Amino acid sequence: MTAISDRTAAKSTSINGEAAKHRPGALASSGSPLVRPPAAAHLSDEQVAEMGRELDAIRDDILAKRGASDAAYIRRVIKIQRGLEISGRAALLMGRNKGAWVAGTTLLSLAKILENMEIGHNILHGQWDWMRDPDIHSTTWEWDFVTPARSWQHTHNDLHHRWTNVVGRDNDVGYNLLRMDADQPWKPHNLGNPLYNAILAPIFEWGIAIYDLELADYQEGKKSKEAMKRDLKALGIKAIKQFTKDYAATPAVAMLTGSGKQALYGTLTANAVRNVWAHAVIFCGHFPEGADTFTEEMVEGETRGDWYVRQMIGSANISGSKFMHLMTGNLSHQIEHHLFPDLPSNRYAEVAPKVQEICKRYGLPYTTGPLLKQVGSSWAKVFKLALPGKKS
Amino acid sequence: MIRLRKLARAASVLTTPLAPEDVLALFNPVFSARQLRGVVTKVVPETADSATIFFHPGRGWKAHKAGQWARIGVELDGVRHWRSYSLSAPAGQDPAITVSDVGAVSGVLVRQTKPGDVLFLAPPQGDFVLPEHPRPLLMLTAGSGITPVMSMVRTLVPHRPDADVVLIHSARTPQDSIFHEELSELADQFPNFRVTHWYTGERGRLDFGSTTQLEELCPDWRQRAAYACGPEEFLDDAEALWSSEAAAHEKAAPGPFAADPINLIIERFNTSLVGGAGHDGGLVTFETSDREVEADGNTPLLDVGEDAGVLMPSGCRMGICHSCLLPLRAGQVRDLRTGEVHGEPGQLIQTCVSAAAGPVNLEI
Repeated sequence: MTAISDRTAAKSTSINGEAAKHRPGALASSGSPLVRPPAAAHLSDEQVAEMGRELDAIRDDILAKRGASDAAYIRRVIKIQRGLEISGRAALLMGRNKGAWVAGTTLLSLAKILENMEIGHNILHGQWDWMRDPDIHSTTWEWDFVTPARSWQHTHNDLHHRWTNVVGRDNDVGYNLLRMDADQPWKPHNLGNPLYNAILAPIFEWGIAIYDLELADYQEGKKSKEAMKRDLKALGIKAIKQFTKDYAATPAVAMLTGSGKQALYGTLTANAVRNVWAHAVIFCGHFPEGADTFTEEMVEGETRGDWYVRQMIGSANISGSKFMHLMTGNLSHQIEHHLFPDLPSNRYAEVAPKVQEICKRYGLPYTTGPLLKQVGSSWAKVFKLALPGKKS
Repeated sequence: MIRLRKLARAASVLTTPLAPEDVLALFNPVFSARQLRGVVTKVVPETADSATIFFHPGRGWKAHKAGQWARIGVELDGVRHWRSYSLSAPAGQDPAITVSDVGAVSGVLVRQTKPGDVLFLAPPQGDFVLPEHPRPLLMLTAGSGITPVMSMVRTLVPHRPDADVVLIHSARTPQDSIFHEELSELADQFPNFRVTHWYTGERGRLDFGSTTQLEELCPDWRQRAAYACGPEEFLDDAEALWSSEAAAHEKAAPGPFAADPINLIIERFNTSLVGGAGHDGGLVTFETSDREVEADGNTPLLDVGEDAGVLMPSGCRMGICHSCLLPLRAGQVRDLRTGEVHGEPGQLIQTCVSAAAGPVNLEI
């Protein structure tokens, strides 16, 4: 506990500095930002405030309903995930048999996807903290993903969710690697945009691990040497454990049946499948056509209602089946997730129609589409922004 | 045991970031040593609104001493709540708690617990225990205050022929009196154990204003090590009587050669501070940092702590990232977003969107 607290405290003072001072507790309920984003420019201060109250009411409604059935849900998902994980790994131990290999790799891929998305991502957001179960809690959970949970929580929960799509503030706009917004100045190396993205997808977990180190902040002196050392050590330990589990221990046990090599191919494939899937889903969150980015003036003096507006018009959903929603960790409800990042994920589906109705009534875009269309749209942006040019 | 630990460590290479026990917990919920649990083995109704719950604790429990209490965690509508209960089973046996239905948590325990249920546990603790050397004892109990004393009586009376115990137990009516039958049976069977049932419904409250009633019920009360457990007022009155007697005794026979000191060991149920639930803020205590600050009801505790120089963890400062969570030790807080006043000891609260609602103690 202390270690975590100290660390976050040190980081937030060094990175957020004075900006933090602008936001004592809850955001202002009335007023207006310096500039309202174009998609919301037609709304008056009063309309934005009223819409904010409506969204607050949706949140309160879920808080009031949240209870035993939600707790049972997450425990069931965890149980299923662990079952998949054990059976997948067990099958890979007999990977010489082709059927066992296919079954093992499939089960393990599913287990890893569930673990990272519906379970890990959402627990680390504090969506299940209300249960007060120390085993399912944002302060204790560690996930099957190379980056240590605490590092990711900082860049994701604290920075990305707070500064959603604010160019220059939210590094998730391109992860310091890709040019994902026309307002980011073009440089020759951006020509490699599609290539970098194609390489990133299958090794996504390693990309995120490096991203979470905040190397740029360190170079600019915004992150202390001590903090850097601490983060590198945490990542080193985590990476060794992850690597050993999948690429040494599992194949070693499988050698007993002469399936060592096959087991290694199995774990490599499962990790790659999970990486490609996670990469695709996450790119659908803010990069498809229709999801806006913002300037710093647009967040200056932002009210609670305006914060909601930014989350809605800066995010994009994926439409699809219940199973698809589960496998995306309900990030297919990206808009709802960004509005209410700490509501339990199993409730987003219920909230979605209400949010969509509000968007319609206030004349705001609500971007959604099937997976392939959204993936295509974000890839189109990757290609387009490889070349110089301002917003079309 | 050591070999087991080595094995677990080896197995964790395959299960990381989980521990092997997390995987084994799929098959047996009591297996987790990180979270101590117990399985309910038997539930025995005592009176119309109380019951004794026997449980078999998992790894990590330590055997209780007679008179100790344990924290028990129960889930109400998906949320874990912790309460402290005295253990009523004798030392040396599987633990049991005897619970009276007086609130939401105890109500669920009394009405809904069944064998096979899992309870969350913290190891037993408390100093309300039997003296190290044999002494004549006087037990004063009222209502559910009998529970820790029952554990002492069960431990001592049947097994120690040299025991000398007087119990004066207050209850409203015979029907409300927990363990009524067993106490009478023990008293019949063992001459060294004497019980007086005092029914307040018939005789009014036991009067500690003077020594008269006590004198009558237990003439040699001054020679006995006394234990008291019951409601606040009952204990306050008993404490006042004993301290005035001790003062008188000291006056009559001063110096180190006085006989055994007249003392009373008491067990209070409500030892935790309870904060007011107003909207006016209150005194905020940062326990580890040893700082105290008066805060209003609208300033986030995060700001209060930072202004006081406490190294507060923080993140988004708007209630979404959960980086600022701190354990509440006592008191209640108001959620600045919803106005809801909430909090119980041990709960992790978001300091960036919570303000003091009365006095608040935070663990930092």
